[in-house]
Amino acid sequence: MNEIKCECGHVNPEGTVLCESCGKPVADNQHLNGNDDQKLLNMRYDGSARRSQTYNRTIIDKVWNFFSSVKVGVTLIVITLIASAVGTIFPQEMYIPPGSNAATHYENQYGLAGQIYYQLGFHNLFTSWWYMVLLAMIGISIVIASLDRFIPLYKTLKTQKPKRHDKFLKKQRIFGTTESTEVNMELLKNNLKKHRFKVKEEDGSILAEKNRFSRWGPYVNHIGLIIFLLGSLLRFVPAMYIDEFIWVREGETKVINGTDGEYYIRNDEFLLENYDENDERFQEAIQRNGQPVPKTYQTNATIFKRTDDVVVGADPELEEIKQAEARVNHPIKFDNFTLYQASYQQNEFRDMTFELHDMDDEDTTYGEFTVDLSDPDSEYELDNGYRVVLDSYFPEYELNDGEPVSKSKYPKNPAFVFNVYPPDESEPEVSFAGIGANVDGSGENDHKVNLVDFDVRDVTGLTIRKDYTLPFIALGGAIFMIGVIQGMYWNHRRIWIKPKEDGVWIAGHTNKNWVALKREIEKVTKDTGVSSPADQQELKG
Amino acid sequence: MGDLSSLSSSLLYAAFFIYLTATFFFAGTIRDNSRKKTSLAGNIAITVTIIGFLTQLGYFFTRWAAAGHAPVSNLFEFTTFFGMMLVFAFIVMYFIYKINVLGLIALPIALLIIAFASMFPREISPLVPSLQSHWLYIHVTTAALGQAILSISFVAGLIFLIRQIDQTKKTKQTFWLEFVIFMVATTLAFIIISSTFSAFNYEAAFEAPVEGQPTEMTYEMPAVAGPYDGELLTEDAMTPLIQAPEWMRGVDAAIKFNTLIWSFFGGLVLYGLLRLLLRKRVGSALQPLLKKANPEIIDEVGYRAVAIGFPVFTLGALIFAMIWAQQAWDRFWGWDPKEVWALITFFFYAAYLHLRLSRGWQGTKSAWLAVGGFAIIMFNLLAVNLIISGLHSYA
Repeated sequence: MNEIKCECGHVNPEGTVLCESCGKPVADNQHLNGNDDQKLLNMRYDGSARRSQTYNRTIIDKVWNFFSSVKVGVTLIVITLIASAVGTIFPQEMYIPPGSNAATHYENQYGLAGQIYYQLGFHNLFTSWWYMVLLAMIGISIVIASLDRFIPLYKTLKTQKPKRHDKFLKKQRIFGTTESTEVNMELLKNNLKKHRFKVKEEDGSILAEKNRFSRWGPYVNHIGLIIFLLGSLLRFVPAMYIDEFIWVREGETKVINGTDGEYYIRNDEFLLENYDENDERFQEAIQRNGQPVPKTYQTNATIFKRTDDVVVGADPELEEIKQAEARVNHPIKFDNFTLYQASYQQNEFRDMTFELHDMDDEDTTYGEFTVDLSDPDSEYELDNGYRVVLDSYFPEYELNDGEPVSKSKYPKNPAFVFNVYPPDESEPEVSFAGIGANVDGSGENDHKVNLVDFDVRDVTGLTIRKDYTLPFIALGGAIFMIGVIQGMYWNHRRIWIKPKEDGVWIAGHTNKNWVALKREIEKVTKDTGVSSPADQQELKG
Repeated sequence: MGDLSSLSSSLLYAAFFIYLTATFFFAGTIRDNSRKKTSLAGNIAITVTIIGFLTQLGYFFTRWAAAGHAPVSNLFEFTTFFGMMLVFAFIVMYFIYKINVLGLIALPIALLIIAFASMFPREISPLVPSLQSHWLYIHVTTAALGQAILSISFVAGLIFLIRQIDQTKKTKQTFWLEFVIFMVATTLAFIIISSTFSAFNYEAAFEAPVEGQPTEMTYEMPAVAGPYDGELLTEDAMTPLIQAPEWMRGVDAAIKFNTLIWSFFGGLVLYGLLRLLLRKRVGSALQPLLKKANPEIIDEVGYRAVAIGFPVFTLGALIFAMIWAQQAWDRFWGWDPKEVWALITFFFYAAYLHLRLSRGWQGTKSAWLAVGGFAIIMFNLLAVNLIISGLHSYA
């Protein structure tokens, strides 16, 4: 370390631009802050010795210097900004209709531009590795740039003495000389104190300072950002974050995904309420909308806890722990889990009742049977020795190349192939029955299976979340806000007064809002005999 | 109920005209040559502005009472509120710096925004479940306030640029300044054209395929650009001159495209007329009016606005937004376009602050950045809702 001893006696670390104690420019280091003799002093970080400006030999120095540069930081921000904007041109993959294939969706919907967008990976921009790398680099830049500046600045502001070097004062942006022997120093000091300056004296020299803490604002808010970013990284730690989804039918009791079989939920009722079309207030808006406007989505649920050990296949012993309602904006909470009302399906078929009668006479009947659509029996015994065997079941029936298939396992459009065995017959009659469909398998059937009744129920879709990262995220956000307010809503102001043989010198510095500083100096120097200092840097535009 | 909501509309009209009056008083301060800090015209102007603001607050709360929820739930309501917050931010800045010329630019912009807002459907709409939360008021109002304060830096930037840009020769800067003025003319043209046709109840219905289904759509301006493959249903309506390109799908895409064409050409006509009348660049004609403004103070106002607005914006548009999103949509952040654009705004002003604090970007550079920031805010307000839709496009 090549320490620098100033003429005031203070020993400064290598790389110091302005003496920490008296502010005298260190002759050999003026290039570091771009100072030249003709111009005002650059007061960045009070001319303290920053590592990034001092060392540039090893690879570590080079990495440090790269990330500590504001130019690099701003460039990273701008690149991220542009990338983010590009990411909103077309919807991200998570927002395209469920079930659609991204590879074809973008091309079909948006043509060539969509295809290019997809192939460059912009459809998954925000989870792409390079976007993560950008954010990580911003994070590193925040840490290094803050350390590079905060530590030396803190030391310098702590070391500064009221008595400043002439050259330092003369080269401040606000500077003035008063040639008069009738300066009322006591009044000046009182005025300063009235304006809540902290006044320090040394050999008649005065340093009036206020709101130094505002200088720490940027570093505080950067700490907040780092905690926030680390908090979001915690998501990737498995135990910290659970994100599951569950469909529950009305009346159904189901194990809650993500709880290791510990909790169960029963959907007691799902409610969908729309706004009243005749409500005077909203009539016009509802008419414009052209369809009903939903008012509430709500699941009335009961939550159970399993009390016995989890054994696969065994029926669980359940203990009710709470009855609650999940509405949008009002999730159900229990044991660090949160259940959100996320989705629903109305009128899913629950069961269907069929009647067997003669092909050409609907008044005859050989009995009825009811198929439970979530758990159909394989065979139904009817009166008079009739037997119906369920051959095939298509929960969501559709014809695919002439073949009946099921689109999903959810009973949205159920259809069946029944084998009807009349008494004492070993060869069945094959019937196809569904909603609005009734096909005679052979064309020679004597009997017909006819849908006479059905029940429907609603299905609710709930998101299950457990998120231990939230406290970190919240803490980071709170610290960021404190820091940004601390830095933005207060200004660090300093006024120096130095007695001279024929009067006094006055100089002022602030980290922002110079007009306001000038006004304050006007006020504190009023009637003290000190003439108003000049602003030595008029804005050139 | 009906009375309350019509009272509310009247109050909004009244506020609009009071702001207009205040603008004229601020214009009156230009000729005032006294060296005193405050002038009579200036005092009257700010008083009238405050009366206008209170009247608009009256609109806000009567509409709240009529609807049963804070009127910030659709584009009309939000944009009107944003205009009101812009006036509020201006009033605050006025009392810090006492600059009359700020009002001369801020109020017309607020007027344009409020007039623009009323081009959207104005009826009171019911709240869908995801909006039924107190966070609606907290998040939306704080975000709008933050954006409004940040917009004051645009106002200051504009004043700075009009005053400072060298108008003796044609440069990139004069070009872009004219472009900003042209955009203002386009907005004005949109308002004039849109309200003219709606006063005459103009309608032209088309039938055109939307995702394979023949769909009926109604133009409220003569269709310069008809829908792709569309058939005009209304008799004696103008037949389209051109067809919207095929990739503009969706029910409203062609209608929006048509509106854009009208506004653009309307803007060209307005701006062209101005140029004809003035016989020089509009910026150059405005320059002498702003002579009195002290560029250094104007620059500081712009910076101060960002310094005050940035934390408010972050709190409202990001932090409150995250808290609410966590509650309503089960995740605090979902990369929804509106969220992303709020983040882009945040990044942009963060860059502004770093460039200013550490790299000494002041004056002209800073002023241009403020113009860019306002463009982003407007983009987030309009383009994201009207063009890029996502979870936030309620209107």
